[in-house]
Amino acid sequence: MSNTEQPQTCQCDGDSCDNQRRNFISKTAAIAAGTVVAPGIFLHQVAQAKNAAEAATDAVRWGILVDTTKCADGCTDCIKACDERNGLTKENRPEIAAHWIRKVTLRDKATQKENSLPLMCQHCEHPPCVDVCPTGASFKRPDGIVLVDKHICIGCRYCMMACPYKARSFVHEAITDQKAHAPRGKGTVESCTMCVDQVDQGGQPSCVTGCQHGAMLFGDLKDPESAIAKKLKEINSVQLRADLSLNPGIRYHGL
Amino acid sequence: MQKMLLGLAAGLLLIAGWAGAQAADASGIKAIKQVSETEKCVAPKEEMRRTHMQKILHQRDETMYKGVRTTRHSLQSCVNCHVAKDDKGQAVDINNPKHFCSSCHKYTAVSIDCFQCHNSKPTDPVVTQPIVGNPDFIHPVPLKSSAEVSQ
Amino acid sequence: MKKIHYSEIPGKNIGFWAILGMLGFFIAVGLGSVWHMEHEGHHVTGMSNQIIWGIPHIFAILLIVAASGALNIASIGTVFHKTAYKPLGRISAWMSICLLIGGLAILVLDLGRPDRLLVAMTTYNFKSIFAWNMILYNGFFVIVGVYLWFMMERKMNQYYPYAGLAAFVWRLILTTGTGSIFGFLVAREAYDTAVLAPLFIVLSFSLGLAIFVLFLMGVYKGTERELGDGLLNRLAKLLTIFLAAVFYFVLIYHATNLYITNQHGFENFILADGGIYTTLFWLGYVVLGTVMPMALLNCPKPAGKRWSIAAASALTVVGAFSLLYVIIIGGQAYPLEIFPGKEVIESGFMDMAQGGYYQYSPSQWEIMLGLMGVSIFILATLFGSKVLPFLPKSLADDVVDPHAK
Ligand code: HEC
Ligand code: HEC
Ligand code: HEC
Repeated sequence: MSNTEQPQTCQCDGDSCDNQRRNFISKTAAIAAGTVVAPGIFLHQVAQAKNAAEAATDAVRWGILVDTTKCADGCTDCIKACDERNGLTKENRPEIAAHWIRKVTLRDKATQKENSLPLMCQHCEHPPCVDVCPTGASFKRPDGIVLVDKHICIGCRYCMMACPYKARSFVHEAITDQKAHAPRGKGTVESCTMCVDQVDQGGQPSCVTGCQHGAMLFGDLKDPESAIAKKLKEINSVQLRADLSLNPGIRYHGL
Repeated sequence: MQKMLLGLAAGLLLIAGWAGAQAADASGIKAIKQVSETEKCVAPKEEMRRTHMQKILHQRDETMYKGVRTTRHSLQSCVNCHVAKDDKGQAVDINNPKHFCSSCHKYTAVSIDCFQCHNSKPTDPVVTQPIVGNPDFIHPVPLKSSAEVSQ
Repeated sequence: MKKIHYSEIPGKNIGFWAILGMLGFFIAVGLGSVWHMEHEGHHVTGMSNQIIWGIPHIFAILLIVAASGALNIASIGTVFHKTAYKPLGRISAWMSICLLIGGLAILVLDLGRPDRLLVAMTTYNFKSIFAWNMILYNGFFVIVGVYLWFMMERKMNQYYPYAGLAAFVWRLILTTGTGSIFGFLVAREAYDTAVLAPLFIVLSFSLGLAIFVLFLMGVYKGTERELGDGLLNRLAKLLTIFLAAVFYFVLIYHATNLYITNQHGFENFILADGGIYTTLFWLGYVVLGTVMPMALLNCPKPAGKRWSIAAASALTVVGAFSLLYVIIIGGQAYPLEIFPGKEVIESGFMDMAQGGYYQYSPSQWEIMLGLMGVSIFILATLFGSKVLPFLPKSLADDVVDPHAK
């Protein structure tokens, strides 16, 4: 397992030393959890992972880098992983089916170059869905994950109108036999949660672990030492609809 | 008009008193449990009867907004422990009057919508080993098999 | 001007009760379909993850916008001191309350979780224009209620101009708020413009007035009270002005869009090849909803005739409905441009719509829900006029001087 980020020595004073030790412990925990979540797949890195009892903080900002040059045309592994994990069923009714993540193939109008990529909630820093939500059910966690608190969602769908990425879907009918970790029910809006319960325990989103082509990289955008931050520094990447200045947490390379 | 109000008030009092009595004395309201004899509820029975809603609602907000994933008061853990089975030995869902949560709420005329979204059955083989680094924490994420865990 | 006498409408004949019964029936059917929609989930409607807001929202916004406009009549009397409008103040205020109730009923009953209305009323996100609107709507009821009370209660009469002014200001903010619901949706081509809020305000003027005129003509005919030609013509003239104003803003809306290259795709969609939306825009809004009523109100032959005023008012409503349909549903039917400069050739979630735009066919359930709101409005207005003296006994020209300043 390649874990280069473990602090080997601890030569620092009180506070930050504690911090580092905690990091060390939680990283170990994270790795264990990660291994459990996706057996056989090594974590690239999980910096600043919290343990289950800790509250999420704004010391981290979770993000995903999608390398469209590696994303294989016609492959839907990430979608399958998401559907499977969150119990999303699609009964041949595309207009109302839940899509937390979808595959899109694009062709550049000028150059004819084709790209294939997964598209999901972009976990914006300034999410329009959160701004418009009348009850505050749409919210952004301190660590940057944008969620719907379905306990106070009234089903007005204003957030769906506001989302520039069409990332949200409305539950149009009663659901039974939900996955225990992904409660879903009629009359509320939902979208990609970045598999928040896994992330909270030091794991990664299922789409990322489900990708066989290594096209998705998950990590902490705020930690300059994280693999994702290093990669972003190294290669070109774009934000979708960057003109709206929403600063999404999902970045794309090769578009 | 006054009579009507009086009647209404009397009715309300009656219902409240009855519900209170029901909650206070457990005759007729039994937790239909399926737990090993050694395992107790997350708090003493009396306390649970009175305050289980505060506990889960508090946990709900902790989990939702802060990402706290302890399982002690999580709704899923209640459901995983309090399992009632039907004649065929299958775990029942919330629509069955035998289900732990509905068994009692039926008496007290409480209606909760939680299980429109939350699964009322213990579907997942919940791992009982505490996760590394936190002995209080039991993994709520379903795993393919315990064999994979020990790998 | 003579002293105005108000009285309840008698409402003793069979016709009146038949109308109430019919409206009651529509409301019952609407509630039934709400039950069905909520029980089954929204999949029984034509609304989907693409067309998120549908026919119910058109009806609701139509009524809410009209509510503000119907109050305009009272405002003209109170705030702008046009004495000819003063006798209409009470019914104008009452009608606006009823319109708002009808509209809000639809909005609330279309929610995915109407059972959580309490949550909506108690948890506010103050960044959300929707939350502000809830406050604006509630405030509207209070302020217009007080205004109505001051107009009717002799002891309070001296204060009613203040209440009228407050109601006037509140109402303008309210319509701005309603228009802004869409204005805040920056990601959608159709709504990303500042013109929408003023467009909604002028639309409220024309629509509210048209509904008011229709109601007045209907009730005065039904109760055999007198309604002077002079007064009607004055209202008709006002309608012409409002229609022109709406048209002007629609023109600006599209003209500015045509100026912005980015928006050409959307403009082309609405104005040229958007199928039903193009038809509704040109035929529904432009021809039926603007040109025809203008002609009816101003061509020497039909002008001033009762039938032509009634027809022009009805057509105004048709036009407003079409315009809202084009803006609200057309705006969603046009797919989002998530990848500027690229064309989506394959998608797991309908990013490229069949034939360039998303299809929407409303189901009977949502239409019945919409009609329920309209019925609530008419029923409440009629019923209110029956139990309280909202309507002048006579609006004959020798009672109300239509040429008064
Ligand atoms: C509309 C769907 C919906 C309804 C109804 C609903 N929940 Fe939830 N609940 C969720 C979602 C989604 C989560 C977030 C799960 C996560 O982040 O892992 C959640 C999480 C929770 C959690 C934390 C996770 C856990 O298992 O402990 C608790 C506790 C909870 N809900 C309690 C309740 C209670 C009590 C009710 C009824 C009063 C209720 N919920 C009704 C959707 C719902
Ligand atoms: C470890 C297994 C376990 C878990 C987890 C658990 N319970 Fe219990 N619960 C029990 C047992 C065993 C009893 C009976 C206790 C007794 O008889 O003293 C009980 C009793 C109760 C009672 C009292 C019932 C009565 O007989 O009057 C309530 C209420 C209750 N639990 C609610 C909950 C709720 C809510 C949760 C989730 C926060 C929960 N329980 C989690 C095992 C569990
Ligand atoms: C011992 C009887 C009993 C059992 C068993 C029981 N409840 Fe309750 N529950 C009550 C009573 C009584 C109330 C109403 C308390 C009140 O309103 O003050 C209530 C209220 C609630 C509420 C709050 C409802 C609201 O609208 O405020 C929730 C949530 C709840 N229960 C969840 C559960 C869950 C989940 C279970 C199953 C794990 C459960 N309860 C089992 C008796 C019980």
